[in-house]
Amino acid sequence: MSKAPSTPEPVIKCESVYKIFGGEAEALVAQANGDINVEKFKAAGCIFGVNSASFEVNKGEMLVVMGLSGSGKSTLLRCISRLTDTTSGKIFIDGEDLLGMNQKQLMELRRNKMGMVFQSFALLPHKTVLENIAFPLQVKGMSTKDSIDRAAAMIELVSLTGRENYYPRQLSGGQQQRVGIARSLAVEPDIWFLDEPFSALDPLIRREMQDEFLRLQSMLNKTILFVTHDFDEALRLADRIAIMKDGVIEQIDTPANIVLNPATEYVAKFTNNVPREKVLKCESIMEPLGEKDKLSDLRISKDAVIETIAEAVLNDTKSVPVVDDKDQIVGVLNRDTIITVLFGKDAPK
Amino acid sequence: MMQNINQSKPIQFAILLCLFFALCFAIEPSETNILWRLPALIGGFPAVLNDSVEYLMFDWFNIDVYNADIDDYEETALLKEITRSVSRSVLFSIELIREVLLGGVKTIVAFTSWDFIDENEWAVWPGLPWTVVIGSAVVLGYALNGIRLALLVVFALGYIVVFGQWEPAMETLSFVLVAAPISVVLGIAFGIWAFKSARAEATLMPLLNVAQTMPHFSYLVPVTVFFGVGDHAGAIATVIFATPPMIRLTLLGLKGVSPEVAEAGMMNGCSKFQLMFKVMVPSARHNILVGVNQVIMQCLAMAVIASFIGAKGLGYNLLLSLNQLRIGQALELGICIVLIAITLDKLSLGWANKQIDYFASSSFIERHKYGLIVLAILIGGILLALVGSVIFKDGINYFYLIPHNKGITTELFWQSGVDWMVDNWYSGLQVFNTGLIVNILIPMKNAYLSMPVAATFLLTMGIGYIVGGIRSALTVGAFLLFIALTEWWDRALITAYMTTFGVVVSVIIGTTIGILCAQNSRASKSALIVCDTFQTFPSFIYLIPVIMLFGVTDTSVLIAVVIYATIPAVRYTVEGLRNVPEALLDAGAMSGVNRWQRLTSIELPLAMPHIMLGINQTVVFALFMVIIGAMIGTEDLGQYILKALSDKNGIGNGLMLGLCVAFIGLAVDHVISTWAKERRAALGLV
Repeated sequence: MSKAPSTPEPVIKCESVYKIFGGEAEALVAQANGDINVEKFKAAGCIFGVNSASFEVNKGEMLVVMGLSGSGKSTLLRCISRLTDTTSGKIFIDGEDLLGMNQKQLMELRRNKMGMVFQSFALLPHKTVLENIAFPLQVKGMSTKDSIDRAAAMIELVSLTGRENYYPRQLSGGQQQRVGIARSLAVEPDIWFLDEPFSALDPLIRREMQDEFLRLQSMLNKTILFVTHDFDEALRLADRIAIMKDGVIEQIDTPANIVLNPATEYVAKFTNNVPREKVLKCESIMEPLGEKDKLSDLRISKDAVIETIAEAVLNDTKSVPVVDDKDQIVGVLNRDTIITVLFGKDAPK
Repeated sequence: MMQNINQSKPIQFAILLCLFFALCFAIEPSETNILWRLPALIGGFPAVLNDSVEYLMFDWFNIDVYNADIDDYEETALLKEITRSVSRSVLFSIELIREVLLGGVKTIVAFTSWDFIDENEWAVWPGLPWTVVIGSAVVLGYALNGIRLALLVVFALGYIVVFGQWEPAMETLSFVLVAAPISVVLGIAFGIWAFKSARAEATLMPLLNVAQTMPHFSYLVPVTVFFGVGDHAGAIATVIFATPPMIRLTLLGLKGVSPEVAEAGMMNGCSKFQLMFKVMVPSARHNILVGVNQVIMQCLAMAVIASFIGAKGLGYNLLLSLNQLRIGQALELGICIVLIAITLDKLSLGWANKQIDYFASSSFIERHKYGLIVLAILIGGILLALVGSVIFKDGINYFYLIPHNKGITTELFWQSGVDWMVDNWYSGLQVFNTGLIVNILIPMKNAYLSMPVAATFLLTMGIGYIVGGIRSALTVGAFLLFIALTEWWDRALITAYMTTFGVVVSVIIGTTIGILCAQNSRASKSALIVCDTFQTFPSFIYLIPVIMLFGVTDTSVLIAVVIYATIPAVRYTVEGLRNVPEALLDAGAMSGVNRWQRLTSIELPLAMPHIMLGINQTVVFALFMVIIGAMIGTEDLGQYILKALSDKNGIGNGLMLGLCVAFIGLAVDHVISTWAKERRAALGLV
């Protein structure tokens, strides 16, 4: 059900990453010799920002890290972008050891492979929209003319044409974040970090920016690490979601699996009130095609969200075949399944 | 009962006052009574300072230096060589700019010799005609910030030309154009250092505190010892005085940059250098520009004071006119200084805010239009000067340079105004003057002088204890102990009395004006603009009109103190009151408060911490002005500092006296800022 392991080499790979705050954390880690005992550290007054995070992100995949404030999601992102030092563990970017890099290698990596969008936009207040977007290019040493040309193209991409010479303070929050997005994409990075990019925006603007973001991603197909505290946002955008609590990744899976099979009680608290028909795709609830199924003439895509096809299936007495991109039948849906999704297991059939 | 005392500050203060008066009456004034006056235990300290400076300067670490005059190596002290080369390069820069503006031979001499000048008559740099300087400045103003700035430049420089102050003004300008950039660069460098290293910050902060509360005069003595006398010494004294606020504001600005902006810079792959100078410093631009503004203001404020140690220009002339009581001329000169200050400030602001147009058409003429216009002005100005040399036969070419005192002057007008006021108001002013002196100032001064030292300590340390606990009490006590152990305790008491008087009156006037202005948003805005303008004036200027009215007396100084020190009181009151959160005022309105209740029960309590910071500033401003007042004859610490200036061995006395003044300021500052900090925390204002 989840994405097939397409490439042998994941773009981002974390192996038991720890970020521990507190005065003696470094010394204790050195003592512990790789075997970190949480209780012992907590007794010594240490606080776990990230507690043994291990996962991989594949090329072109979007992993959304979801958690409430203080869950360590931003800390995790900052470890992977090396804005904070990781206390223990290994992080690989395209197979290269991130934590072993020196300042120069790190600088090159950030200049060419990474882009990041910040919650509070973090635009340079003294530069115009155009100059802000051109900034990472100029830092790399690109000439003023080339960088400005490229920035102008980026401005078109994020639909800010006409505002080139505005200063950040003259823009609305949504517009500022468009600049932030354009700036992070200017160097054509492979990896895109987004740290709660839409949290500071009004709900309507947030929705609009999410759509915009999906549009960009469908064009660019970057490898993305996206941090949010908004479960709905995670469901809308993610290929996979990692849910964090107190520094621990509670569950990491596709949105459908998380909604259908929450691994812990904590995760279930988020999924309980999620309207499943709005989240689940046909693929995740279809049944295998049986020998004696009477098939309807209708065909539905495996990627269709249930809400959109529910009425059609309910009105059909026969089983409705589910097809993939190539029109091959991969499974069937019938009324009972839909009713269970819509009204729960105890619903009259 | 005990609990009441512990909790209620007014009761604590009342008890403290009772003890204070009891001590005052109990202790007998006598030379030998240690409770009355402490012995001057560190009275010998200035001499030690003198000796050690002398040793450093003339004997420490001798090196051999080649001397061209005697064509041999000569033994000389390292420090002396260092200060000499610093002096030489600063003086060279000042003279280079000065001669570009006014003409002369010293720059040529620097590369050749006096003999060369004597042999070659042509070897004189001609200087630019004033028309060219004004024209270029106007173009610069227009290029940086459009027609309004250009008009300001026209007005400011036009005024200077018309009033015949071109030469001294350009002398002052050359001095500022060297001192200000050095201060800014040093300030940013130290600010960055303090930002990067916590230890550097911890070391710098107390030094900055002292440096910013030391009176201007006390910098002059050590500077003359190390660097001699002249324009360069004035510039160096100015740099020492103007750098601390720049450091502070740079640090403040850098600390205020949002961490996400710094992270964004890092994620864009900035090197350390790029991160600091392309991300951090520009993002801290607002505070750094305030710092630049402060530097420019300090430079011009020092223009007058630096003339004590040989800086030429407007300041020197102003000092002369004040000494000769030529009020009108002093006023004109004062306005020149203010105009230069405002123009430089606006030009630097325009430069920092300049926006580049990337899509402009880029033909050669378009790109270089300003340069071409300046070139045209240069040629036109020179031609005009040549024409002038034909037209004006009496030896003065008005198209080239308007000599000093050949411009128009309004002196007669002011002088007759002063005469008229003296004729008509003299008796009235005199009654006020004598009344003030006899009924208030002299009794107050005597009261201060009859305070036993033990009682003073009890009172100040007691206040420190009530406000900030034992730590504050000890800090305040330590500051005072230093002063009490010098031989100038009585002088310090006189300084304290004048400052107290000035502060009390300023605070009453200032907060009243502030409260009235804060009632309406337009009045608040204009009050802040007036404060801004008044703060542009170098402190010296305030003495001019009061001497006009009251002559050379304590009253003049005190009135100047009151005017000068009222500015921060007004500013902080208005700011504090206007920044009370809207929601609280709405909540008050919904509870049905009337205007008076709103002021006393919501606005004032919440604004109090900010207002207290204003009072803190008032104290520092008042102290500065009291010391400057020594120039027109008061008998406090300032007078001794002035004396130290003309004393060959004055460095020890000058520094110690400066520290005495600084410590009075710091003691008050400590108590007030501790209180304000606690209040803010208690009110949740961060």
